[in-house]
Amino acid sequence: MLELSATDWQAIRLTLTLCFFTTVILLTIATPLAWWLASGRSALRVVVQSVVALPLVLPPTVLGFYLLVTLGPRGPVGGTLESMGLSHLAFSFEGILLASVLYSMPFAVQPLLEAFNNLGRRHVEVASSLGAGIFDRFVTVILPLCRGGFIVAATLSFAHTVGEFGVILMLGGSIPGETKVLSILIYEHTEAMNYASAHRLSLLLLVFSFSVLFVVYSINRRFQVAKV
Amino acid sequence: MNLQIRAQLQRGDFNLDVDTSWPAQGVTALFGRSGCGKTTLLRIIAGLERVRGAQVRFGDQCWQSESQWLPVEKRRLGLVFQEASLLPHLSVTGNLLYGYRRTPPALRRLQLPDVSAMLGLESLLSRPVDELSGGQKQRVALGRALLCSPRLLLLDEPLAALDTQTKREIMPFLSRLAQASGIPMVLITHAPDEVQRLADRVVFMRDGHIDDVCALQQALAKPDSPLFADEGPSSVLEGKLGVADEHGMRLFGPQGSQLRVQAPENADPGPTRLRVLARDVSVALDDPARISIRNHLVVTIRQLHDLPDNRVLLETSMQDGQTLLIEITPWSAQQLALAAGQRVFALIKSVALMR
Repeated sequence: MLELSATDWQAIRLTLTLCFFTTVILLTIATPLAWWLASGRSALRVVVQSVVALPLVLPPTVLGFYLLVTLGPRGPVGGTLESMGLSHLAFSFEGILLASVLYSMPFAVQPLLEAFNNLGRRHVEVASSLGAGIFDRFVTVILPLCRGGFIVAATLSFAHTVGEFGVILMLGGSIPGETKVLSILIYEHTEAMNYASAHRLSLLLLVFSFSVLFVVYSINRRFQVAKV
Repeated sequence: MNLQIRAQLQRGDFNLDVDTSWPAQGVTALFGRSGCGKTTLLRIIAGLERVRGAQVRFGDQCWQSESQWLPVEKRRLGLVFQEASLLPHLSVTGNLLYGYRRTPPALRRLQLPDVSAMLGLESLLSRPVDELSGGQKQRVALGRALLCSPRLLLLDEPLAALDTQTKREIMPFLSRLAQASGIPMVLITHAPDEVQRLADRVVFMRDGHIDDVCALQQALAKPDSPLFADEGPSSVLEGKLGVADEHGMRLFGPQGSQLRVQAPENADPGPTRLRVLARDVSVALDDPARISIRNHLVVTIRQLHDLPDNRVLLETSMQDGQTLLIEITPWSAQQLALAAGQRVFALIKSVALMR
């Protein structure tokens, strides 16, 4: 049952690489962004928060379409890259990485925002009054006190990227080793009536997704119990 | 050395407009009702609130001006908030040493053992933070602030969230700290009692403005002082507490203005403060011998003030120059024909030891 072909393994490796880099990039971007969002209620913050949450409601095809237009050889970003002697980003790993970052952004920002709102400002103010600089405060106060939020953000970003399909199909196509991730491969196996292979990979994803959600909810529960 | 602040801030209905300075020594109480801007002013001093155009100078050091901004972590402050804000993921010792470890060794003036002794923390050191009572947490927060050897200690109503019993338990630590540490303090409070116990100087705030900055004794010399809102006019006498006599009474104050007071046996001899409520003092033209009130002082009437509700306040000076306020009825004043310049006997029924 669990004999996977070379193509399957290649797709698994690619998916894991994509998810890993997406998660790392997302945590780097989402942490300051969520901190900024948590620190006030100005109109600009509401705008940014809405933009970040867009992938939750938009069909992935819409995001994929605009990314294709922007990053493609004739788009503003892709075109500029071409004129600088680089290649455009459509149908490339870098392209789907960028797409994944945008697409999974709400899943990183939301848990962090909630964790930062729960944390409040007081502990951080105390730490700064005691002489801790910004990086010091992050490592010794924010990180340990918002640990749950960071774990949830990382896990959800990773898992959500595993489940990405529409955006990648629009922007990345299906280039083996470059853009052919698991979800795309399952789609192709099914198209080719190769149900056994599709089933193997689907089951793998199902088990993986369940484990991830189980971990996330356990952390959430522990978090709430610890707060009482 | 002065603490200078100039700041203007408009936030909704609230308007803060402050341009003031006071000596950075002893305890300065920021006194005013809730919502008058005390906390905002303190946050501006601390650098937690960055108000455009504000200026903050501490001695010869500029903390904030048009062109300069010294972040909180570089100001070397001690901050204590109303609610204990211990870092929950650290132990008591971890909290106490958080600032100490970040203070350059050359600038460390206080060590953990001294501070633990001063604040009675020895038995708490190994406890988890969430097992401490409110009062214990507040003491740890004070100790933590002290251990970064701050140049200025900012206390935002450190006692307000505590019950009366706990307050009574912490007050001695606070006043010991005020006297022994030598660190200038700014204490936010709306409790006249705390001002009379701890402050050397009072900054009166109202609706975002500063009404007055004056020494405690000056603030207590005004018959309508806001400090008298709770318990009526009262005087704070400064003096040294002596050792107990054969009746268990302790001597207080210099010759000629000496009182015998009842004090707890463990009250340390040395400089302290007594509060005398004006209504606990009576006046006699002759020294009555056969009377249970034993503290009789010769005082000179400086001025008579008419108070609302049919009361008269005598502002008198004791032989050592300190002010003693006496509250009587206009009828008594008339019967005794009291007038400014007259020497009378003040009979003091009870006093409260403030430190």
